[in-house]
Amino acid sequence: MSTNSLSYNDQGGVDSAVEVGQETTPTSSAGAAFGLFSSDFKKNDDLKEMLESNKESMKLEAMKRIVGLIAKGKNSPELFPAVVKNVASKNIELKKLVYVYLVRYAEEQQDLALLSISTFQRALKDSNQLIRASALRVLSSIRVPIIVPIMMLAIKEASTDLSPYVRKTAAHAIQKLYSLDPDQKEQLIDIIEKLLKDKSTLVAGSVVMAFEEVCPDRIDLIHKNFRKLCNLLVDVEEWGQVVIISMLTRYARTQFTSPWREDANFEENNASFYDSNEERKEQSNSDAPYIMDPDHRLLLRSTKPLLQSRNTAVVMSVAQLYWHLAPKHEVSIVTKSLVRLLRSHREVQYIVLQNIATMSIEKKSMFEPYMKSFYVRSTDATHIKILKLEILTNLANEANISTILREFQTYVKSQDKVFAAATVQAIGRCATNIAEVTDTCLNGLVLLLSNRDETVVAESVVVIKKILQTQPTQHSDIIKHMAKLFDNILVPMARASILWLIGEYCDHVPKIAPDVLRKMAKSFTAEEDIVKLQTVNLAAKLYLTNSKQTKLLTQYILNLGKYDQNYDIRDRTRFIRQLIVPNEKSGPLAKYARRILLAPKPAPLLESAFKDRDRFQLGTLSHSLNAKAVGYLELSDWPAVAPDQSVRNVEVAEQIKEWTPSLAKERSVKSDDKFYSDEEAGNGSPNNSSEDGKSLSSSEGSTSETENEEETTSQSGSGNSDESEHSDSSQSDSSKKKKTKKLQQKKKPKHSTKESDSDEEDDNRKAAASSPVVSSEDSSSSSSDEGTSQSDSDSGVHQDTRSKAKAKPKVVQNTEKEITLLDLDDFAPDPQISTKSSMLSPSLLSDLDGLSLSSTPSDIQVGSLAFPMKSHELLHRMTGKGLAAQYHFPRQPCIYGNGMVAIQINLTNTSDRKLENLHMGEKSGLNIHGFSSIECLEPDASALVSIAIDFKDSTQAANFQLCTNDDQFRVSLQPSVGELLLPVTMTEQDFHKEQGNLLGMNETSATVPMTPENASSQPISSKVVTVANMAVVPSSQEGIVRFAAKLASSGVLVLASVELQDASAQLRVSTEKAVIGSMLLRDLKTALA
Amino acid sequence: MIHSLFLINSAADIFLEKHWKSVISRSVCDYFFEAQEKAGEPNNVPPVIRTPHHYLINIYRDKIFFVSVIQTEVPPLFVIEFLHRVAETLQDYFGECSESVIKDNVVIVYELLEEMLDNGFPLATESNILKELIKPPTILRSMVNTITGSSNVGETLPTGQLSTVPWRRAGVKYTNNEAYFDVIEEIDAIIDKSGATVCAEIQGVIDACVKLTGMPDLTLTFMNPRLLDDVSFHPCVRFKRWESERVLSFIPPDGNFRLMSYHVSAQNLVAIPIYVKQNISFFESGSSGRLDITVGPKQTMGKPVEGLVVSIHMPKVVLSVNLTATQGTQKYDTTTKVLVWDIGKLNQQKLPNLKGSLSLQSGSPKPEENPSLDIDLKIQQLAISGVKVSRLDMHGEKYKPFKGVKYITKAGKFQVRT
Repeated sequence: MSTNSLSYNDQGGVDSAVEVGQETTPTSSAGAAFGLFSSDFKKNDDLKEMLESNKESMKLEAMKRIVGLIAKGKNSPELFPAVVKNVASKNIELKKLVYVYLVRYAEEQQDLALLSISTFQRALKDSNQLIRASALRVLSSIRVPIIVPIMMLAIKEASTDLSPYVRKTAAHAIQKLYSLDPDQKEQLIDIIEKLLKDKSTLVAGSVVMAFEEVCPDRIDLIHKNFRKLCNLLVDVEEWGQVVIISMLTRYARTQFTSPWREDANFEENNASFYDSNEERKEQSNSDAPYIMDPDHRLLLRSTKPLLQSRNTAVVMSVAQLYWHLAPKHEVSIVTKSLVRLLRSHREVQYIVLQNIATMSIEKKSMFEPYMKSFYVRSTDATHIKILKLEILTNLANEANISTILREFQTYVKSQDKVFAAATVQAIGRCATNIAEVTDTCLNGLVLLLSNRDETVVAESVVVIKKILQTQPTQHSDIIKHMAKLFDNILVPMARASILWLIGEYCDHVPKIAPDVLRKMAKSFTAEEDIVKLQTVNLAAKLYLTNSKQTKLLTQYILNLGKYDQNYDIRDRTRFIRQLIVPNEKSGPLAKYARRILLAPKPAPLLESAFKDRDRFQLGTLSHSLNAKAVGYLELSDWPAVAPDQSVRNVEVAEQIKEWTPSLAKERSVKSDDKFYSDEEAGNGSPNNSSEDGKSLSSSEGSTSETENEEETTSQSGSGNSDESEHSDSSQSDSSKKKKTKKLQQKKKPKHSTKESDSDEEDDNRKAAASSPVVSSEDSSSSSSDEGTSQSDSDSGVHQDTRSKAKAKPKVVQNTEKEITLLDLDDFAPDPQISTKSSMLSPSLLSDLDGLSLSSTPSDIQVGSLAFPMKSHELLHRMTGKGLAAQYHFPRQPCIYGNGMVAIQINLTNTSDRKLENLHMGEKSGLNIHGFSSIECLEPDASALVSIAIDFKDSTQAANFQLCTNDDQFRVSLQPSVGELLLPVTMTEQDFHKEQGNLLGMNETSATVPMTPENASSQPISSKVVTVANMAVVPSSQEGIVRFAAKLASSGVLVLASVELQDASAQLRVSTEKAVIGSMLLRDLKTALA
Repeated sequence: MIHSLFLINSAADIFLEKHWKSVISRSVCDYFFEAQEKAGEPNNVPPVIRTPHHYLINIYRDKIFFVSVIQTEVPPLFVIEFLHRVAETLQDYFGECSESVIKDNVVIVYELLEEMLDNGFPLATESNILKELIKPPTILRSMVNTITGSSNVGETLPTGQLSTVPWRRAGVKYTNNEAYFDVIEEIDAIIDKSGATVCAEIQGVIDACVKLTGMPDLTLTFMNPRLLDDVSFHPCVRFKRWESERVLSFIPPDGNFRLMSYHVSAQNLVAIPIYVKQNISFFESGSSGRLDITVGPKQTMGKPVEGLVVSIHMPKVVLSVNLTATQGTQKYDTTTKVLVWDIGKLNQQKLPNLKGSLSLQSGSPKPEENPSLDIDLKIQQLAISGVKVSRLDMHGEKYKPFKGVKYITKAGKFQVRT
């Protein structure tokens, strides 16, 4: 204790000394105002009296005044005894103020502070959670070492408190205790471990904070909580989010392998930057393809929504997480949000711009489209202006340099001279980085030499010097020009630079150089030191190259220098004289004079000041200062081999509850992402990796799970029974292939995962849906198959549900619960199931739809490019009192009538009671073909219904009511313009002809910047087809993709073409309906960008 | 994390200090004063300052510097955001955040700071939670308190602190249930000399004032949600529903709050409501200059332009001006060198014009650059991007609330280069 109190007293001593110092020199106004307090003995006696009075209000008044004193930084420790007496007061405000005082002075008056401890111990047992919590807060804030055991006990108790608020306070207290007595670390870690398991969002942030402060190296404590933290993250309070995200960033860098390998090919500019890393990685694991750990993906996915947070710190921390953890092509999703932060306060702008500056060096493409957001306004603060300038310079490339230079021209004239000078430097950097504009920049800079402001001129000279050094030969006229301007330039640095230039390249300007020297000889004595030094330099160089003309001049200058006041100049003169003037004393060095003075000098590199900032984690204080701050924790490099990932598995019972839904989400996201790359679909699947590590039994698990899928089940069922069965049923080629695959799957479990991947399943379904002939047979066979599978005794549970489905084809029981029970021992596949079971119904129905459609004309049945079906919410379960409805566009011609758009609605009953007589109520405006009413929907069941709406070729929303027996819900369904179309097949010639007819007013076009990975026809067509229901027109030309469709209602043709140019694409939409055209163009643009 | 906080006024007086861990001497602020001196203008003070033992992160707001002392690594935005939150809370409590108000209410400010941070880590920053813990001062309450001796401090844990909707307190009651939404859009633009748009974008916010009884669940639907390119939400907004349906579904906080802010994509052409014809020239001889500015309507969507103000930061050499305005008033502040021309409502028939001569300091060279004009304007009843709220639905409560939406377009950072 004594040592501790000593150290504290130390601080206190300094403190009071300073305060005394301040009080002795009060400013005039403060003197008047505080005069009462500074002559204070009497005054404080007065306060003491008030505190000892019987009246609560008097005491309160006194305490308020004391707190006022504390706030002003005035000392009043002598009141301590009087104040502490009131710690047990009933009046809560008085009590709180006493707490404030106590926390402030306890350190200085340790013995007296102990008097209050028993009060807190009592309060810790209070029934009111606020009182318990605040007692713990104050108790732990009293920095008195003797009470450490008491604090420890209190924290232990509070960490198991029923109230999460008290547990949160306990987490804070851990840090306080640790800073008071680091010896308690081990015990505290135990408490942290316990609290990390806490499921309350209130506690999560605080305990992670404690973890970061007490034991940031104990990564092993995080393993079991990783998934929980990811899933809770969205609901944690914003401050906690920041702390958790930064901790998880560090965690991920130690646990997952680098996702950057494969994407390296896509990177344009930074290839060289990553080269070294690249090679190393290539060597270490070039054999295995990169598979992202599902937990890694989970982390990325669960942080993404936070980009929309209103808290700038949260947005920034998500951005740095993506920067440090995400595959390179995914990082750019943070761009928009970062640019948004630039609208915030000046201080926020400053930090965000710093981070963008670092990012923009490595990855120009992220911010190029937002270049204009970094244009400088004359009202910006200087440091903001300079950061923006930095970013603009980083973003400059051949394509945009002319725009940037035009901006710079405005900046150079700025009244803010610091900024103008910085602009000159920026121009210099552009000139050296982009060869095409070097001459233009140089000319511009030369023009600036006649600028009136000398800082600008000086900066220009220095920059010109640097540029010329890189390519001196071609620019002797510029040197001449500068020599001519020499008389007018007064800034010493600039004069020195010109002299150096002339000396260095004196052989390019043989006539002018001696003349300049002559002038300098005249004014030598009046020059600044730096100019004198360069004059001596110039003289020496000229003497060596042109001694005939300059011998006398040089000697004169050397003589002047010999008697200069500055010893540097005297030194230099002496040295030069010995070096160049031959005499008997000159040593061996003189022989090398020419080589010493006229050695070729390397050109300076003009680099960004942010070049090496990336060694710090983005968003940190260290990054902002460009220096390692106290307590900075390095981000480790990616491990070459991922540590065991099973450490994150949590006990079965918990994990189902906690992360089944999340993985289910993952699945759906996943299928969106990787939909079009077939090989990747198998490899990239998160489940794949987890299943790989499993024993053979998992193959059984996955079979039983695939049985839950509509098509696969039926087919594997038939595959199970015997070969003849399916050779009987006339099936299409594709489905046959599938079956053979299925058979293989029995032998190779690895294939089974590939098969069961919902991506492919989706694919098949869509193929089936869009080719009615096939699907009709398919579904007929599936119904026959169902018979067989029913006789199969393997999967009794599923069959139950299947038979139900058969009896009532549109109502399907949600079987999630049963399945998870079945698959308890291998959790990885179960999320799949949960999605599948909901997928089941649409696929069934689309098959049925296909059946009824087999007679429709085939010219519309094109565009078999699969698209991910995006479902939109029609009625949220909260608003629908348990009835949830989602709709999606199946993109099939409507069976109810021409001109209508088919829509499927998935109705789910999430309440715990039956919903009866579900039907469509009052419809408004548009012609809507409803569905026939559903008599009853069981809890947890869902039903898929088809409706059709004639939108009359507008994106106006269709409003109608969903009714149950008791309730009516008004819903509105708004189509995107792409869904109003029906694809049309066309030959290329027809397309050209039709497009030729639709020129002028009927045509809209736009240019979209394209990332290189998207710049081929495959991703373009998939993106377009995702947005709009259009058919791809076969094309003979490389680099042009065409699409054709017609409007559902009026049948007017809509044509679109995307023409690839190097870094962008020309997008053209032609249709008679100009409104549709422009809306479509906009949608396509956003889809492609 | 945050160790101490000092509030400093523009006269470099430390008028409040608060420590969350052991006390740090206020002499640490000397480093700040040094930086402040170096920076000249308060806006140029670097937000992060390094001292031998500490790091100072500061914000400048309402003429007060909030200087926080940090000892170890922490995301600087974390601190900056928190300091702004403190300033906003003070504003919310006292109507303004100024030195005199803070000095008058020092005890409440201190109590607030005590609640907002525990050991340097934010504890409660939601305004409605704080308001339950520490009641904002009103004349009535202070009178009642003096008579009855009751206190300003809540005795129980605010319900919001534990619930899943921490932003709303339970048991809200109003006799008039109303929900108002202000859609405010700001045009940020740079117009070049010739009148061409260098860059322009629209930033919008939706501020809400919701006074509804109970726990209403609101859904705000837009006519054209696709216009919104980038959005950020109050935590109450359900992000998933926005993702899937582009509607704002939320249980609102009680009272005033910012529901969302958005950015309208730069691809859409931004309508610039006015044009400015300007001619500012300085003469080489005679140390004088001429100024001629005319403002006219461009794309106003048929709505009147109001509150039009043109301000010009003149070069330092401009000593005085001799100008006449056909409309509005003009004033030249010779110390700050700012010329403000307050036009008011833009008259479509007779365009406002400001014309006259400038006199320069004799002997000094004419300024390199012409000053740029900052424009401020306001258009009522119009959201310039075309964003429109189509409906507001309420669930979960029986009564019928009174609803209203107001649109305003303003100039944000609207600059005309000359």
